[in-house]
Amino acid sequence: MLLVVDSLVKRFGGLVATDNVTLAVPAGQIHAIIGPNGAGKTTLLSQLAGELRSDAGTIHFDGEDITALPAHIRAARGLARSFQINSVFKDFTALENVALAIQVHEGHCFRFWGQVAKDAALQSAALGFLAQVNLEERANIIAANLAYGERRALEVAIALASRPKLLLLDEPTSGMGANESAEIVTLLAKLKRTLTILLIEHDMNAVFALADRITVLVYGRTVAAGSPEEIRANTDVRRAYLGEDEDF
Amino acid sequence: MQSRTVVAAVIFTALALVPSVATALNQSFYIDVGIRILIFAIAALSLDLILGYGGMVSFGHAAFLGIGAYAVGILAYFGVHNGLAQFVAAIVVSTLAALFIGAVSVRTTGVYFIMTTLAFGQMLYFLAVSMSKFGGDDGMNISSTSDFGGWLDLHNPIVLYYTCFCFLLGFAVFSDRLVGSRFGMVLRAIHMNEQRAVAIGVGSFRYKLTAFVISGAMCGVSGALLANQALFVSPAIMHWTRSGEILIMVILGGIGTLFGPIIGAVVYLLLESTLSRITEHWEIILGPFLIIVVLFAHRGMLGWIAERRRAPTK
Ligand SMILES: Nc1ncnc2c1ncn2[C@@H]1O[C@H](COP(=O)(O)OP(=O)(O)OP(=O)(O)O)[C@@H](O)[C@H]1O
Ligand SMILES: [Mg+2]
Repeated sequence: MLLVVDSLVKRFGGLVATDNVTLAVPAGQIHAIIGPNGAGKTTLLSQLAGELRSDAGTIHFDGEDITALPAHIRAARGLARSFQINSVFKDFTALENVALAIQVHEGHCFRFWGQVAKDAALQSAALGFLAQVNLEERANIIAANLAYGERRALEVAIALASRPKLLLLDEPTSGMGANESAEIVTLLAKLKRTLTILLIEHDMNAVFALADRITVLVYGRTVAAGSPEEIRANTDVRRAYLGEDEDF
Repeated sequence: MQSRTVVAAVIFTALALVPSVATALNQSFYIDVGIRILIFAIAALSLDLILGYGGMVSFGHAAFLGIGAYAVGILAYFGVHNGLAQFVAAIVVSTLAALFIGAVSVRTTGVYFIMTTLAFGQMLYFLAVSMSKFGGDDGMNISSTSDFGGWLDLHNPIVLYYTCFCFLLGFAVFSDRLVGSRFGMVLRAIHMNEQRAVAIGVGSFRYKLTAFVISGAMCGVSGALLANQALFVSPAIMHWTRSGEILIMVILGGIGTLFGPIIGAVVYLLLESTLSRITEHWEIILGPFLIIVVLFAHRGMLGWIAERRRAPTK
């Protein structure tokens, strides 16, 4: 198992946003987390990434207990996340955004003289990641000037560029057009062979197409977990969640 | 990028010509003003490096100016006039001070960072006031300029001028490289979006601290130069109002432009030297001027120039 989460808890005052969540993700799989708004999906992901401290429970990644590690160390160990609300370096170009993630991953950041803009190897590696999300033509556009869907794609490219073992994606296709969205789904299906993905997604078609396993969260609690077929057939899930909103 | 290079070339060419023009006009007074400008330009440049690219609003930067100057003054007091020893001491001590001040303050952000650096600056100010051996509040005279053997006579204003000029040029080139380097990209990324930077694996503390130390060391050099010009050092050099002046130079010239703060130092000190002859309350005129610049030029005077040149695109 690449990721093992055991009895994880997160409280915001009286609200239990993550309530004893347990899950395990084997390498090479896509594990989807679904659930209604406010179910605690983003909170769980932030706990995994290390941005939020957990109140109880443990997280093991690649055989090691990472529960107490700060976010940047977890990232360095191979845990990359994307954000539900676009979080890119808005004054950098798309290319610079990705190049930054690459150089941080390479770990050579205490260089004060050589110019990143003239580092051909870095630039072409960055272009490669942009190409994966179909942004290579927009490489030199300042991130703030990209269209919403393009920034969404850049969000994924940045996460990919740190060459993670585990990719944590928070609704990567939300707000994208149908075409862009389909491209991301195709990309994720392709990536599946080389890396492991924990995917939060509202688009059920994408989830059922991609996921090997699904966890359903409601009010921070796991109400069901299983293969896509099992989740589809689960009457509790249908009643508590899938049936409650026609969109799903 | 091209307009940046043009502006930089114009600034440095103009600065390089000051001694010749002053000599031709028989106004050696302008060389002294020029030296002051170059020294404060270094201080402002060093502040812009952390302010403009790291988002660290240091309100105690004059502390490093003071440390550099006192390093020269105190060594001279003990009879050590060797220039190399004095400048190395200025750099080492300001580096160590920046390491300490930075280690505490860099963990904070926004107003807390401002207050922490201000507090450290004032602590060093009062430390200097309390050093009665070195003149306390009144400061002390320095018997001679830093001794670099025969080949660099800092007592000669023109030599001192070009020494300051070379330091400024060197630091400006270094800073310009730094902001485009791998280190600079990380520093800017932290400033832009720390949450995202951390998420890709950046431990922001050591980058911010490193930038703070580089900046402090640069500012320390300007202090050592200032001691050579004034041949006098007093706690006033570290007072928080002095830190405020350096900050004003950066804001005037343009935060995050590197060459802007050099213009800021020129404008501020020229205003000071001309207006203070008209009235001792010359800040009354400076105040509105500063407000106008801040209101009408988003990134100071350099930003204003750059925006003029690029106006049609936006
Ligand atoms: N920093 C915070 N402080 C207090 N409460 C929070 C905080 N972050 C999230 N919450 C609350 O925790 C609960 C879970 O929020 P979370 O964002 O994890 O849900 P989500 O499943 O990602 O929802 P969505 O589908 O809308 O993205 C919500 O009730 C939310 O209001
Ligand atoms: Mg969410």
